[in-house]
Amino acid sequence: MLAFIKRHEGLWLFTRSPAAMIAAVVATTILIGAVFAPWIAPVNPYDLASFSLMDGLLPPVWEEFGTPKFLLGTDDQGRDMISSILYGARLSLIIGVCAMAIATTLGVGLGLAAGYFGGRFDAVVMRIADIQLALPAILTALLIDGIARGILPPEMQQDLRVVVLTLAIALSLWVNFARTARASTFVQMNKEYVQAAVMQGQHPLRIMFVHILPNILGPLLVIVTVDLASAILLEATLSFLGIGLPADSPSLGTLIRIGMQFLLSGEWWILWIPTLFLIALVVSINVLGDFLRDVFNPRLR
Amino acid sequence: MVFFLAKRLIQSVFVMLAVAFLAFSLFRFVGDPVSQMTGVETSVEDRERLRENLGLNDPFAYQFVRFTSDMLKGDFGFSYRTRQPVAEMIASRMPATLELGVVALLISLVVGIPAGVFTALRPRGYATQAILMITLVGVSIPTFVIGIMLIFFFGVQLGWLPTFGRGGTVNLGGWETSFLTVDGWRALILPALTLGVYQLTLTMRLVRAEMMDVMQSDYIRFATARGVPMGRLYFKHALANTMVPVITIIGLQFGGVIAFSIVTESVFQWPGMGLLFLESIRFVDIPVMGVYLVVIAFFFVLVNLIVDLLYVLIDPRLRISDVS
Repeated sequence: MLAFIKRHEGLWLFTRSPAAMIAAVVATTILIGAVFAPWIAPVNPYDLASFSLMDGLLPPVWEEFGTPKFLLGTDDQGRDMISSILYGARLSLIIGVCAMAIATTLGVGLGLAAGYFGGRFDAVVMRIADIQLALPAILTALLIDGIARGILPPEMQQDLRVVVLTLAIALSLWVNFARTARASTFVQMNKEYVQAAVMQGQHPLRIMFVHILPNILGPLLVIVTVDLASAILLEATLSFLGIGLPADSPSLGTLIRIGMQFLLSGEWWILWIPTLFLIALVVSINVLGDFLRDVFNPRLR
Repeated sequence: MVFFLAKRLIQSVFVMLAVAFLAFSLFRFVGDPVSQMTGVETSVEDRERLRENLGLNDPFAYQFVRFTSDMLKGDFGFSYRTRQPVAEMIASRMPATLELGVVALLISLVVGIPAGVFTALRPRGYATQAILMITLVGVSIPTFVIGIMLIFFFGVQLGWLPTFGRGGTVNLGGWETSFLTVDGWRALILPALTLGVYQLTLTMRLVRAEMMDVMQSDYIRFATARGVPMGRLYFKHALANTMVPVITIIGLQFGGVIAFSIVTESVFQWPGMGLLFLESIRFVDIPVMGVYLVVIAFFFVLVNLIVDLLYVLIDPRLRISDVS
C-alpha cells in the first residue's frame, strides 16, 4: 500500500498535506450529503405537505427550545433547515457541475481547434475570448440571464430557470479553458508525435482528441477544480441577488437571501448555517484546487 | 511610443464599437421595442407609425449607425419601465457607484501593497503565514457573505455604522457626493470594505509574488552588497520594479470593482448603477441594460488606456524603444 502511494507522487503529497486531506473530507461529506439528499434528508423541503407553520422558527437542537426532530432548527415556514440545506447544496452542485461540464467541453473544444488550425479561426475565437475576458464573469452571467428573460415566453420562464442559470454560468466561464487549451496545444503542435500523426494523414479530430488532449489534461484539471468553486459561487451570488433560482426550489444562495431577512432578529441559524455550508464547500474546493496546482506544477513546490 | 498609443486607441474604438453593437442587438432583437412602448389598446396603424418613426423599418446597418451616433450625442433612449431618459437615470446613479469603487480600490492599494511587501520580505514569519491564511479564506468567501458579516458585526451587534443607503449627500453641480458629510463617510465604510477586501487579497498576492521575484535578481544583490540602506533598497529599488504588473492589475481590478459593485450595492441597498442594472434585469428593461453595458465598457477602456500611458511613464525602456 505504502509502496503504491509512494509511486504515485500526487497521492504521496496528498498524505503529507493536512489541509488537502481536511478539504477532501469536507468536500466529500457535502458531496455525499447532496447526492443522497432524497434519502438522507428527514423531509422533502419542496413538498408543501411535509412541514407546518406550527414548527416555525425552532432553533437548532443544542439551543434552548430546540428539538431533536429538527437538528438544525426550522425556518419561518417550519421547513427543516437540514433538509433545505442538503437539497440546496444538491441544486448548487448540480448547476455548478453541469455548468463546468458545458464550459469545459465548449472551451476545450474551441481552444484545441484554435491551437490546431491557427490562422483566422484562432484569431476570431481569441478576439471573442478577449472581449469576454474584459467583462467580469458575473456581469456576463447577469446579461445572459436578462436576455433569456426577454426571449423566453413567460410561461416557460419558471421551468427553464435551472437551465438558463446553468447556461449563463457556463458561457461566462468557458474562456479560461479555451485559453489554456489553446496555449497547451501550441506547445504540443511542435512535438514529434503530433507531426508524425499529421504525416500519417490522420483525421484532425482524431489528432486533437486522441493524441493532443491526453497530453494537456493536467493544467485543464486544475482549472476545472478552481472554476468549479467559481461556478458554485457564481450560482450562489446570482441566487442571492434574486436573479437565480426562485424561493420554492432554493439553492444555497437563495437560502442565504431568505436568511438575510432574519439578520436583525434572533434567528441566527436561518442565515448562518447555510452560509457556513457554502463557505465550507467553496473553501474546501479551493484548497483542493491549490493542491492540484502544486502537484501538476512542480516548479511552484 | 506614439505608434503604440495610437494602436491601442484604435483597438479601444473597436472594442467600444463591438459593445455598442451588442447593446444595439439587445435592443433590437430581445423582445419587440414597439410592443414594449405601446399598450394593448394601441391600434395597428399607430404601431406601424411608431415603428416607422423609430426607424425600425430602415436597413439594419443604417439603424446601427444611427444608434451609435445617437449614443455619441448623449441620446441613450428611454427606459421601458420608468419612461425616463436612460441618460438621466444612469447619470443620477453614477456618482454613488464611482465613489464606492474609488474608495474600495484605494483600500485595496493602501493596505494591499504594504502587506504584499511585508509578506515578501519575511516569507517565513508567523505574521506572514497568518496573513496568507486569512487571504486564502478571504478569496473563498463570496462578496455578499463578507457584506452580510460586516453588517452583522458592525451594524447589528455593535451598532456603530449604518447598514444601508448612502447617508447624507451634498450636491456639487449635479454630482451627489457623500465625501463631504460625516454621515456619508460612515455609510460608505462598510460597502467599500466589502468591495475592497477581495481586490485587496489580489493586490497583496501579486505584489508579494513580484517582490519575491525582484528580491532574487542580481541588481538587488548588488545593491545589498554595495550597502544601500534597507528602506531605500526595498521601497526604491525593489518596489519600483514591481509597479508595471501592479498597475496592470489595477486596471483589471477596476473592472472587477465595477462588476462586484452590483453585488455590494444589492447587499447594502446602495443607490448606484449596479442596483439600477439589477432592477432593469428583473423587469427586462433592455435600454437600461444596454446603456449600462456601454457605460461600463467605456470606463473599462478608458482605464486601460490610462494604464498604457502610465506604463510609458513608469518604464523608461518603453520610451527608449522608439528611438532605437
